[in-house]
Amino acid sequence: MATVAAVIASTHHPFYYRASTSTGADRPPFADEWVAKIEAFRATLTQADPDVLLMVGSDHFHQLWLDNMPQFLVGKAPVFDANWYNEEREFGLPRMRLAGQEDLAAHVLREGLDAGFDLAFSNELRIDHSVTCPIITLRPQADLPIVPVYTNIFAPPMPRPSRFVQLGRTLRQLVESWPADKRVAIIGTGHLSLELGGPRQFGEHGPDPEFDRKAVTWIANGDIDGCLAEVTLDSLHAPGNATHGFMDFMLMMGVAGDGAKADHVDTLDLFHTMEAYFTWYPEGASR
Amino acid sequence: MSKYLLDKFLYTVDRDPQLVERYRDDPAGTLDWWEQEMANAVLNCHPAERSTWLRFTDEERRAIREHDHVGLFQLGAHPFLTLTLFIAMFERDHGPLEYQLAYARAMAHIQLPYPDIAT
Repeated sequence: MATVAAVIASTHHPFYYRASTSTGADRPPFADEWVAKIEAFRATLTQADPDVLLMVGSDHFHQLWLDNMPQFLVGKAPVFDANWYNEEREFGLPRMRLAGQEDLAAHVLREGLDAGFDLAFSNELRIDHSVTCPIITLRPQADLPIVPVYTNIFAPPMPRPSRFVQLGRTLRQLVESWPADKRVAIIGTGHLSLELGGPRQFGEHGPDPEFDRKAVTWIANGDIDGCLAEVTLDSLHAPGNATHGFMDFMLMMGVAGDGAKADHVDTLDLFHTMEAYFTWYPEGASR
Repeated sequence: MSKYLLDKFLYTVDRDPQLVERYRDDPAGTLDWWEQEMANAVLNCHPAERSTWLRFTDEERRAIREHDHVGLFQLGAHPFLTLTLFIAMFERDHGPLEYQLAYARAMAHIQLPYPDIAT
């Protein structure tokens, strides 16, 4: 059976690529600190020595649209082209191409359906920055096959937070039951408090630093019950109008497990939003 | 209210470099063309398979025609779609982050709860 080599949860900041590659007067003052934190975070994945990456993210109205909107979708294809014109335009992201791990995708779909998740699938999925940002930060050589799992954190009605946690627990079980002698890192990205297109956007910090502080504590301690006690679809409007992306962090808490303390925790207080990085090494994961 | 159609307008324009420029330069003409030709196109289907029922309200047309991002927000358009498209059209006329901050200031009077974006 496969081994879960690492569980990683992260924000996906589309400006990192440009900030980290810019030079001279174009280089923002926070870039060096940001790069140092990312390089330390990247080492946590390198150390896990994965063969395959299962990647949880959310399409930002690129391929998935309101005329046919899945709640949870698994990409099953041999290749995933990546990044879109409007991400190139706004963030300077490069076009990318990643290999797919189709047999793991097939296993997740079959066993996930049998476990009670009516997963949608796509055999031709162009992925976006929710998946490519963590490739850029954690595995810039982009040399490992992936299985993308998309969640709807964007277009109401959405599944409730508890459903994201349940899917995380199930994904962990599905990877562990994959009959392959492979090491799989499960990586998911979301947001802490975030406002997009509203009056609180692009402030000096994230729109709700108090929410961010609590969120980091919940995640770092694997405090799923504490998080679920406070976070609802309705409550997530208060910290910022794009904060439903936090539910992907809750999914990753489900992957990591109840009470699982993260082995690596780091944050960076940027304008607009707080960055947060977490890595767990499951018991028995080390070589 | 046709929030879905507002979102469809923003979505189809934002993903097409030529339409982004056309909407920036000629919002009224782009709106007229789009409502006539695109509003009832079923995306991802053969062009002959059109819908028959999608149209804007007068207030929605006004907000699109006037590049009124605050009005679009108050009409329940998806804020991510509006922001992304408007940055594409107008960030170029401003210094770093100036446009994004002015965009937020223009909405400073809006309180929670924000308009419902469910379609």
